[in-house]
Amino acid sequence: MPGKTMFEKIWDAHVVAEEPGKPALLYVDLHLVHEVTSPQAFDGLRMAGRRVRRPDLTVATADHDVPTTDRSLPIEDPIAVQQLEHLSNDAREFNIPLADIHSPLQGIVHVIGPEQGYTQPGKVIVCGDSHTATHGAFGAFALGVGTSEVEHVLATQTLRQAKQKTMQVDVNGPLPFGVTAKDLILAIIGQIGIDGGTGHVIEYTGQGIRDLSMAGRMTVCNMSIEGGARAGMVAPDEKTFDYLRGRANAPQGDAFDEAVERWKQLPTDPDAAYDTTVVIDAASLTPMVSWGTNPGQVTQVTGRVPDPASFGNPADRESAERALRYMGLEPNTPMEEIPIDRVFIGSCTNSRIEDLRDAAAVVQGLRVSDRVGAMVVPGSYAIKQQAEAEGLDRIFLDAGFEWRNAGCSMCLAMNPDQLLPGERCASTSNRNFEGRQGKDGRTHLVSPQMAAAAAIAGHFVDIREWKN
Amino acid sequence: MDAFTVHTGVVMPMDRVNVDTDQIIPKQFLKRVERTGYEDFLFFDWRFHADGSPNEEFVLNFPGYKEASVMVAGRNFGCGSSREHAPWALQQYGFRTIIASSFADIFYNNCLQNGLLPVRLSEKDVDHIMIQAKEVPGYQVTVDLASCTVSDGQGFSAAFSLDEFKRYCLLNGLDDIGLTLQEEGAITTFESQRA
Repeated sequence: MPGKTMFEKIWDAHVVAEEPGKPALLYVDLHLVHEVTSPQAFDGLRMAGRRVRRPDLTVATADHDVPTTDRSLPIEDPIAVQQLEHLSNDAREFNIPLADIHSPLQGIVHVIGPEQGYTQPGKVIVCGDSHTATHGAFGAFALGVGTSEVEHVLATQTLRQAKQKTMQVDVNGPLPFGVTAKDLILAIIGQIGIDGGTGHVIEYTGQGIRDLSMAGRMTVCNMSIEGGARAGMVAPDEKTFDYLRGRANAPQGDAFDEAVERWKQLPTDPDAAYDTTVVIDAASLTPMVSWGTNPGQVTQVTGRVPDPASFGNPADRESAERALRYMGLEPNTPMEEIPIDRVFIGSCTNSRIEDLRDAAAVVQGLRVSDRVGAMVVPGSYAIKQQAEAEGLDRIFLDAGFEWRNAGCSMCLAMNPDQLLPGERCASTSNRNFEGRQGKDGRTHLVSPQMAAAAAIAGHFVDIREWKN
Repeated sequence: MDAFTVHTGVVMPMDRVNVDTDQIIPKQFLKRVERTGYEDFLFFDWRFHADGSPNEEFVLNFPGYKEASVMVAGRNFGCGSSREHAPWALQQYGFRTIIASSFADIFYNNCLQNGLLPVRLSEKDVDHIMIQAKEVPGYQVTVDLASCTVSDGQGFSAAFSLDEFKRYCLLNGLDDIGLTLQEEGAITTFESQRA
């Protein structure tokens, strides 16, 4: 019998029921819940008189709507308040643990899952959020679902799924100097296209992936959906086990060692076959910047804004023309000459302590450009505390950054953290769609180091040349 | 869930690729806790100027498409966020079915959960419908889920496929959760074997 991929092993271990011609019923080990995509699901349960089957496998936090400013003050937006209160009531009524904005456990849902040890290899993890793919960095099958499926999981602890195809993305060597996990995933999306992974689960392999920290692997898996794949994953290894050892909700003591032995069985067998394999030439990677209005419209920082005429496909040409109009960019402008107004360091893609350390190292002893407003939003309360213990907050504040409380913030701008019309932002987030960070705002996706350097310089710079 | 069997309606051309869910329903409307009332927010930032007046250059505001209930769109429709508010807004505005050469996975699934039928056709067939919808006033197609065909009564007909189980649920308007709870025994057995 041929070997199995990691995805197939996890899939097979979670099939509750399967009939020909019908999607399988998969068991869900962990259901993460937040305020935006859950209220209608809880109301659906109430209307049908249903209960939450496994509140003990369900964890909720408030992250999308929450203000990142002083939390002792009342929230000004009454509709956000209503949504946050809805979640509090739902959690209380259905007995689900909730980290609300006053909890030391609060943070972005995809940051706190791993941080608190809920995220573990081999699990099936769902959340009503497309960036659930983040958790695949631990060798889990983690995927985003809609509100109807949130309700389905709450009621049944299962998900009906047609089995995806597998795509291997193999990063065939070490990442060159100055190239981060963020640059890597932007380059991957640029190569496969924003629908290249549709219908697939991506497994990231190769030295370029193995060398990454867990934070880096999370950054890569996080943006799988930006390449069209509902899930991305990385085989667990010693780094994974070291990360999880001792975390509150991970197995403890002997149980942890037993779990590690099980987790070691997860990686893809040598003779297993993927449906598709894409090779990323690691040596050719450079720091990346997006120029357009989707995460596949990217180029090297040393590159130029493309000329739409250079696109062969008429639909892509028209898409590039629209993007340049929206972004207020002229073809062939060197990326490094584009001035910026705002910098956002945060989001489930890049708000972990490693990201903040990397950004702080770039800005240490320097000042944010007079023309730039810059903010750092840690991914969780715990990361904020850790950063403050290391003095990173002082480095950012002394440089002229704002230092905020944890949440999704300006990644999707549901709270007051928004771009003004026409403002141009270097952002460590994951989407540069029109209006994503505020109506008529212009987003360029970059790594934390590149965002930090852009804040100081007032324009994009090649981080490989940076000196401070 | 509303059942979907057969639907005939005017086709609105959304001739753009990679239309993301942030455009279909911008984030400021996701703070609502209701499941209904999203129709006025559909394509909000494309549909209205900053002062709230309709953008007459956006296809949804063209007089000829006021009654449209079928949308034909460029490839990878519905990419981005998992927000189910996107199919809710489309459906509550009056769309019953969306035709494209490809859809983003989560959006596709969310449509099926709500009886909004996503129809995948070849690029060639999509192009044909797109051109007709732009050039022929009041151009209509019939989408028949029983026979899995799209036709226009003027010689165009194309077949599409859909997961058989999803088709059954749509044709009968069946609630997924109710069906799954019929398998509760299997879920309980699975849980006890793993405990």
